[in-house]
Amino acid sequence: MDALRIFLHERATDGLVSWHDQQQAGERFNRPVAEVEETILQAGLLPARYQRNQQMISTEQQLRLFRSTVAVIGAGGLGGYILEQLARLGVGRIISIDDDIFEENNLNRQLLSSPKNLGRVKVEVAAERIGEVNPAVTLTPIRALLGRDNGAELLSGVDCVIDAVDNVPARLELEELCESLQLPLVHGAIAGWYGHVATILPGEGTLKKIYRHWQGGKGVEAQLGNPSFTPALAASFQVGEVCKLLLEQGRPLRNRQLIFNLLDMEIDEITF
Amino acid sequence: MKITVKLFATFRAGRFDIETRDYPTGTKVGQVVKQLDLPTEKLGILMINSRHVDLERRLEDGDTLAIFPLVGGG
Repeated sequence: MDALRIFLHERATDGLVSWHDQQQAGERFNRPVAEVEETILQAGLLPARYQRNQQMISTEQQLRLFRSTVAVIGAGGLGGYILEQLARLGVGRIISIDDDIFEENNLNRQLLSSPKNLGRVKVEVAAERIGEVNPAVTLTPIRALLGRDNGAELLSGVDCVIDAVDNVPARLELEELCESLQLPLVHGAIAGWYGHVATILPGEGTLKKIYRHWQGGKGVEAQLGNPSFTPALAASFQVGEVCKLLLEQGRPLRNRQLIFNLLDMEIDEITF
Repeated sequence: MKITVKLFATFRAGRFDIETRDYPTGTKVGQVVKQLDLPTEKLGILMINSRHVDLERRLEDGDTLAIFPLVGGG
């Protein structure tokens, strides 16, 4: 056993390694905290921050999440909550793609926005936030619009893609891209009190079915806008789906669309 | 013929949640949409008896037609 492992085992209490010890290990052995995190998990120990994951996510599964790469397309309403949840879950590599900056009308709902961040690049703020929340995971900020031209390059090495964009044509292009790259896609869309989510594996083409009557332009979100709670809900559904896909657990929302209506408190499931 | 129409989300405002209504034989989905003054550019899912359909589909007596608006924000 190498010196780092011995150190970690010595410091662990009930199989848990505190953040303080994880940092100390990094300093003493001159390794990044991300590498120390992987070593902790490989040794069958658990960073103490994941203690409340432990009953539903085994240490082996936590290592699997740490070794996973998830791309989040969009860092706005949905994206902000999704990035936060992925980092806290312990997904090791997160790629955040968005070309936008924060504006004042984002403040009512976008988790990463704040008065001091107005005018700043969304993905750069995302990288800072995730660096504060969970320094052991790596967020790669990419200020760009994802499309056919750069998709294969930007999504290289990704295990799962999350659709957190804000318009239908970008979603349809993303589905085509994921199909050609053979990547699973977790979709979420919102408008006012309403929203829906779906999980799409290559070949299923669920977004083409959901938007089969689309004629161009925006959905009812153009009239309704979005409040604080609707993106948080859709984002939570999406991250739950991603967690299941990465761990190959449970029953994903495939060939189905979960539609929620918070005004009348109704949930409908549409099948395809 | 009797058609049960179910509206969802914003389409309920000023209309109804669910109603069984009389339509002439051969009525198409698109005619129901037009009569209810629903904006076709905001149409999401359209289903008859839980099966996905287009505006050109003809309804039959006893059908249930569900109409959802398009939701695409993020």
